Amino acid sequence: MLIVALPIAALVWQSKHDGWSRFWTDITSQEAVAALKLTLAVSALAALANAVLGTITAWVLVRDDFRGKSLVNAVIDLPFALPTIVAGLVLLTFYGPNSPVGIHAAFTRYALFLALLFVTLPFVVRTVQPVLIELDRDMEEAARSLGAGEFAVFRRIVLPNILPGILSGVTMAFARAVGEIGAVVLITGNIPYKTEVASVYIFNQIESNNPTGAAAVAVLLLTISFLVLLGVGGIRRLATRHERA
Amino acid sequence: MSISVRHVSKKFGTFTALDDVSIDVEAGSLTALLGPSGSGKSTLLRVIAGLEVPDSGSVFIDERNMTGRPPQQREVGFVFQHYAAFKHMTVQDNVAFGLRIRKRPKAEIEERVKQLLALVQLDGLAKRFPSQLSGGQRQRMGLARALAVDPAVLLLDEPFGALDARVRKELRTWLRRLHEETQTTTVIVTHDQEEAMEVADEVVVMNRGKVEQVAGPRDLYEHPANEFVMTFVGQANRLGDAYVRPHDVSLVLEPNGATREAMIERIVHLGFEVRVELVREDGEPLSVQLTRDDAERLELERGQIVYVRPTKQTTFAN
Amino acid sequence: MNARKLVLRFVAVGYLAAILVAPLVFVFYRTFAHDSSSVWSALRDPDTIHAFKVTLIAVAIAVPLNTIFGVVCALAIVRRRFPGKGIVNAFVDLPLALSPVVVGFSLYLLYGRLGWFGHWLLAHGIQILFALPAIVLATIFVSVPFVAREVIPTLREIGDEQEQASYTLGASSWQTFWRVTLPSIRWAVIYGVVLTTARCLGEYGAVAIVSGSIQGKTETATLRVQEEYENLNFAGAYGISLMLALIAIFVLVLMTTLRPKEATA
Repeated sequence: MLIVALPIAALVWQSKHDGWSRFWTDITSQEAVAALKLTLAVSALAALANAVLGTITAWVLVRDDFRGKSLVNAVIDLPFALPTIVAGLVLLTFYGPNSPVGIHAAFTRYALFLALLFVTLPFVVRTVQPVLIELDRDMEEAARSLGAGEFAVFRRIVLPNILPGILSGVTMAFARAVGEIGAVVLITGNIPYKTEVASVYIFNQIESNNPTGAAAVAVLLLTISFLVLLGVGGIRRLATRHERA
Repeated sequence: MSISVRHVSKKFGTFTALDDVSIDVEAGSLTALLGPSGSGKSTLLRVIAGLEVPDSGSVFIDERNMTGRPPQQREVGFVFQHYAAFKHMTVQDNVAFGLRIRKRPKAEIEERVKQLLALVQLDGLAKRFPSQLSGGQRQRMGLARALAVDPAVLLLDEPFGALDARVRKELRTWLRRLHEETQTTTVIVTHDQEEAMEVADEVVVMNRGKVEQVAGPRDLYEHPANEFVMTFVGQANRLGDAYVRPHDVSLVLEPNGATREAMIERIVHLGFEVRVELVREDGEPLSVQLTRDDAERLELERGQIVYVRPTKQTTFAN
Repeated sequence: MNARKLVLRFVAVGYLAAILVAPLVFVFYRTFAHDSSSVWSALRDPDTIHAFKVTLIAVAIAVPLNTIFGVVCALAIVRRRFPGKGIVNAFVDLPLALSPVVVGFSLYLLYGRLGWFGHWLLAHGIQILFALPAIVLATIFVSVPFVAREVIPTLREIGDEQEQASYTLGASSWQTFWRVTLPSIRWAVIYGVVLTTARCLGEYGAVAIVSGSIQGKTETATLRVQEEYENLNFAGAYGISLMLALIAIFVLVLMTTLRPKEATA
């Protein structure tokens, strides 16, 4: 427990080291802002992309059946099992300068997007799957018997019930993407103002002996993490409100 | 091994589960704790077992003060409504558990387990896992497991509640026979008054944390102490201030001075007995129980007007 | 209806293939088809071997520690009432939402020369940062949640009736834990251990900061991949990556077979 609490405390303390005004200048320095903007934007995009694709994948895994389905199910956990640096290298090989499919995305923002897609892929799938499995099919059948078409059934019956699952998956995915470093450090080239993400910026600030500057941005990331945790907890409570008397 | 509970009270937050409860259970008897949900019967059982700690009061088992002692030291056998089977152990390992904890020699354990499995008629299933057994079998295993350590008292918490009606009835009879054989002091919690009447030597009727009456099944039925016991144990019609049992109503086709008019709403044929549901002059319902023969003789029909008179009624002073 | 199903299937499988499978398969193919010999020799580089050793030590320490902590934590959270339970729960989950760089950095602040413990450590000649202890600490920090998060729902679902039965049969708390509780959660624990190990093996960001990446001393396998790549020693980078990928696939197989069984719709 202390292992977790103490370092966080030290971090917050360091960021205030030279006072609030310094904190402000640190996080509004041009490079920091650029890095933060990029990180937040692309992370959100990746999380949302995986919200859609992840839901589709979960749907296919739960409702469909075909040969090799269990293999597909297993593959989804690859981003959890594979070291992020290896993931970055693998993506670089396939989508980089010597790409066999002619895509040369290395050192661009597309590379960043790809890398974040990779690391956030399992989140929504794995949060939506159990909800879909538990879903009472009777509700859908009742809706159909009352005349609802397939899309209406999905929109009015299925979606509201899996929404908490999607939301918690997206939030965790977002938090993961915002903090990612291993997968992006090779493939993006870490070009400041272009493809430098917040985590790399922090790393660089530490190397350049600017711990306070690094701490300021780090605290920002920390706040995002806390907000995410609160958000997920809140979503969980919201989701179970139907079950409590 | 007698049980003595003295002035036990227990609250859960603002809910009073037990309110100054005192009972005595005679050694070697089979006593039922009977009551609706929330009456405190399960809580009382768990207090006796040491699984709940009362806010005040004391518990004696075999005249030794067990208040404050954990369940391990009380030598009670406990059987749970949902079996609490050790899912990762075989049937024989489940039954042997208590003996293994007491470090009995292996040969003794094997022998005892075999004995018990035969007693509960599970021999042949020793190597199976609980998930491979039916509910009734799992509960019999639970009983064998509790009996394995020769407990001073056997406590059963709605043991047949999770089973279907037919199995419940079978196991009821079986439990009574088991008790006659082992003579262990037994306390069973149930909300099913038929079960309590059929199985127990003595019944403790509880309601809202208090004891309403303690008596044998017959006394309970014929001489209920108050309104609650009368209506909870057996059926009772309310006629003004008085209560009348359905079989204590005389039903005739012609009025005489003492009878009142009533209309038949429904006739329910329950095998040997026939239940006639009527509506009285004042609009209140009345339930009358007749034998099949009597009902046939009267040739009753829906909508028919008949005349009723209670042959016995009970009133309670308030 | 059938066309819709096929389209969805195609989208899902195609997506996974494009992002996950194809790149990984391609890397295997390219390495073994073209560069296998240089890869093998690169793997025998003493610094590389040392990097694997460092990773293994970190895993060997972090996994058992976090397993014990996870089980204890789960038991406390599920079976006991105490003030601040929500905070403990949140702290256990925190490393999941936290950037590894933030983790590494806060450790750096605590144990660095100018850090909170810096003076004390320096005075006693203990080096944490830029040495093995820091790597181990960072690895422990990031892998805290996994066992606890797997055991908690399992413990909740099982309920404590079996434990109550055990007490009435005369078993002490310790005996009950060993004979009843632990066996009933063992698959959750094992699955949690697999997840923890995978996380420890793959850690990069936090150790990148606290280790100083000193070749032959404080590099982990993951740090070595980056080091080799930046030094244009691609054979080395790919070699280590391949090893790690093979381990990852093995871990994946374990995860799949051990995953808590869910019914399919």
